[in-house]
Formats: sequence, C-alpha cells, structure tokens
Amino acid sequence: MIVNQESRLALRMAVEELMADYAAVIDDDRLEAWPGLFTEDCLYKVMPRENADRGLPLATIFCDSRAMLVDRVVSLRQANIFPVHHYRHILGPVGIKSTSPAGIVAETNYLVLRTRGDGETAVYNAGKYIDLIVEAEGRLKFREKTVLCDTSRVDTLLVRPL
Amino acid sequence: MNVAVDATPQVAPQACRVPYRVFTDPRFYALEQQRIFRGENWSFVGLEAEIPNPGDYKATAVGDTPVIVTRDTDGSVNVVQNRCAHRGALICRALRGNAKHLECVYHQWAYNLKGDLIGVPFRRGVQGNGGMPEDFVLGEHGLDRLRVETLNGLIFASFSPTVMALRAYLGPVVVGQIERIMNRPIRVLGDQRQYIHGNWKLYAENVRDPYHASLLHLFHTTFGLYRSTQQGKSVMDESRRHSLLFASSGSNDDKKDKEAYKGARTFDTGFHLQDPSVLKGRQEFADGVTLVILATFPNFVLQQIANTLAVRQIVTYGPDAFELVWTHFGYADDDAEMQAIRIKQANLIGPAGYVSMEDGEAVEIVHRAVAGEDTKASYIAMGGGRADDADHLVTEGAIIGFWQTYRNIVGFDLPA
Repeated sequence: MIVNQESRLALRMAVEELMADYAAVIDDDRLEAWPGLFTEDCLYKVMPRENADRGLPLATIFCDSRAMLVDRVVSLRQANIFPVHHYRHILGPVGIKSTSPAGIVAETNYLVLRTRGDGETAVYNAGKYIDLIVEAEGRLKFREKTVLCDTSRVDTLLVRPL
Repeated sequence: MNVAVDATPQVAPQACRVPYRVFTDPRFYALEQQRIFRGENWSFVGLEAEIPNPGDYKATAVGDTPVIVTRDTDGSVNVVQNRCAHRGALICRALRGNAKHLECVYHQWAYNLKGDLIGVPFRRGVQGNGGMPEDFVLGEHGLDRLRVETLNGLIFASFSPTVMALRAYLGPVVVGQIERIMNRPIRVLGDQRQYIHGNWKLYAENVRDPYHASLLHLFHTTFGLYRSTQQGKSVMDESRRHSLLFASSGSNDDKKDKEAYKGARTFDTGFHLQDPSVLKGRQEFADGVTLVILATFPNFVLQQIANTLAVRQIVTYGPDAFELVWTHFGYADDDAEMQAIRIKQANLIGPAGYVSMEDGEAVEIVHRAVAGEDTKASYIAMGGGRADDADHLVTEGAIIGFWQTYRNIVGFDLPA
C-alpha cells in the first residue's frame, strides 16, 4: 500500500507539473511552446458548457492535430487583430479520474483572468479541463484536452488558448 | 414608408455622414427600443429546429426585452413577453427547456404555451379570506403576445400588430436567399455567444460592409475565402433596410489579386497553414457562391462561409454593449464527413473565428473613439456614397441603406 501511495503521489506530481507548464507557456506568452505539450495526433477543444450539456458537437476552437495548434499560434502572431491583453491561469487541484494503458484521465478546474492593455483585470473564463494524458516523446503530454467553459459567453473575442 | 428613392438633404449626394452620438447617446437607444425593436419591424428570435417538440421553449430577447419562444402542443410557434402579468417577474429563467405550461415561480401564476393565463393560486381565497376581486377574469391577464411568422424554419417576431407581412417586409431578394440556404431540414450543431462592448449598430454596419472584410481579416484575403476582387454583389431589398452580400471564391486569380492588394497587410504570401484541413470542404451549392452574408433589419444575419452555416442574432444591452448569439447548423441529411467538415470549419467563425474575431475588436475601437462626441460624423462613401446596389464588392452602399432606414425611423437629430 505504501508503494502504491508513493507511485500515486509521483503520478500526481508529474501531472501537476504538466498543468503548471501548460499555464506558464500561455501566461508568459511563450505560445510557441504550447503545441509541444500535446501529442502530434492530439484533440484540443474549447467547448461551451451550453453545447456540451445538450450533447451538441460545436466547439469554439476545434483542433484535431498538433499542426492545427501551431496554426492558431502563428495566426495569433501574424494574422489576427485583437486587443492587447494577457492571461493569468489559476488552476484548482488536479483530480485524477482513472489510469489505464490508454492514459491518465484528469480533471482540473481553471480560472482565467484577463488583463487588458489599460491595466484592467477581469474574470475572463471559468470552467474545467478534462484531459487525457499520455507519455510521449519522453514526457507527459496531452492526447486530448477539452476546455469545458462555464463561461459560454466570450467577452469581445477569443484568440489566446484557454 | 418609401425609403428606396430618398432624396432628403441630410445625406449629401457623394457621402453618407452619421453623427457619432447615435452610437453613444442613451436617448437614441431609448428611441430605438421603442421605434425599431417594438416598432414596425420583424426581429429574428430563433430557429424552429431549436424547439422541435411540443412544450419546447427558448428564452431570448427582442432588442432588450426578454421574450419566450414556445412550441405549443398544436405545433404552432408562439412568442410571448417573458414577464408575468401579475407583478412583472421573469417566467422563464432558463435559456431553454421543455414544459407543459409556463409558470411564474414568484406566485405560481400559470400560463399555457400560447401565453393565456390558466391558473392563479388562492384565486377564490383561503377559508373565506383573501382571493381575487369579483371582476377578475383570467382571460384578461395573459402574457403579452408578439406577432409571429416563420420562413423556412426561421422564426421572426414583432411587437407591432400592424407590421406588414414577413415576406413583404423582407422582400424577394432576401426571401430568395433564405430559401436557398434554408432549403431542407436543418440540424442545430450548437451555439456561440459573444459579448461586445460597443453599440449594436456598429455591428449592423459591419455585416453590410464588403469593403472591410479583406482589409481587416487576413485569413479571408490570404487564403482567398473572400477578396474584394471576387465576383460578387452587394444588393438590397427595395426598402434598402436589408443587405445581401455574396461572393464566389472560384473567381480568385492569385496573381491579379496579389497586385490589387499590393502593400496590404492582409495579403500575406508568407503565411501558410501547417494543417490546411480547416479550409477543406465541399462545394454545396450549384451556383458556386461560397460566401453569403444576409443581414436583415434590425437584428439578424444568415451566413454561409465555405461550409459553415449559421444565424447570428443581435441582443442589445444598452447603448454600449450587445450580445451576438451564433447558432451553427448543418442539414439533417448531412453525412458524418459533412458534419465533421462543418465542425472543423467552425474555427473560421464565431468569437474565436479566423475570419470573424476581428469584428469584435473593430466595433470596440470605433465605440471607444466616438465616446462623448456630440457634433462630428462618420464619412461613408466607398462605391459612390449612395444606397445603391453594386455588382462588385468595393462599396459601402448597403451601410448607407441601413442609415437611410434608421434616419427615417429614429432620425439623426437629438430627441427633444
């Protein structure tokens, strides 16, 4: 039992490190490193709870490859027009729901604060991550990440990943 | 009201000028609620596919007035004001649901799905005490009902008992385009909501503006989804209040287009997608039209961009904010691959859309810049400065059509 407890703690620490890395690359505006936290064949969805609760498939952002995540970042840097802002992710405790050969299923509450160029900060989005995490390329990565948004109503626009 | 041939002097022959105060002054907003949203117009309130079954309801708003859209047991669609006839409480507090009847939680006054009052607790008192007056008649205390008409699955409502019939209000140009897109049963894929800190009329301008689309949205231009060089048209109904923009990406000529956009930020030949699957789709319409933005006065857009189909509804929240509700749909007979295409291409539109997110910013930067401006006006003249149809996309004619309509209903002068 002690051994099991130790391995569970080790697993939790590894998953928490991944979560911390995830929040840091976005909040520190190192977005070019963000796709690297996903597997090549990943699925990343920003899903309004309003749709998920009805079993409807429409996501606000839907990427089914790491290359699509790269395209989102390149588009943000080169193409999109949006207000100057940055995010601060506040993450809740990681809940590890299951572990199996398919990966680790984890759920984590998040709160994203957005600070505009004029210095004003507001709650931008609240919800939870539902993640499928696997070991790939020598570290833990997201195979699937669903951002389930309680905040179904986006303030102004959404360009930076949640 | 004939605004088609409008030669009143407020609009100079070469340009339309709109005083910026119409975007910020609450007196204009109050008049708009009264004369536009509660006046002789039809507002979009939802899709029949959102309320397919008897008892289904949806809470939404006309302007800033809360309303409920219901499907009655007889199959009819009804729109009633979401306000109890007793002391004014909201009846429906959820966005949507299914119910046998509508009941106010405050004192349990109950209404049927058409809005008729069917029950009042303690109406005859309790043990000889209380009760409603002798002359109280249930039939006199229903929910306020709006007029309702549907067209190919789109539901429109009006507070006016004298508003003209919906088809006549929209006119053949608009009706034809609705029939083209809403040509068979649809399936709702989901909603997106966007709260924009700006006046709703700035968005009404935006969706009537083929001039901005390739200059603000790099994705449109670089990947040829929309360019002002495309074959397309900007046309209006006879009254000029509605606008239809359409274009065909089949007419793209990369070499010539590059020349036309020389020096423009948005034609970026160095920008490539690592995964271009987001742009892959099917040709769905035999006419080759790949982009349609149909805007009807005052609050509605029906769009086709590549394989994305959606309606957009404007809900006003005072002069300084509005909500844009996007409801995406496909056809009920879509195969799995077609639905997957629509879900992936949804990356193009909505609050995070590659060709639409910038509109939120465009509205807000105008709204911020016109704050407190009491005398100055905008200058709208591209394409000739008149509310004319164009068989090209280098025009602001449809924006002027909107403002002619607005001036006739609300006026540009400060209310007395």
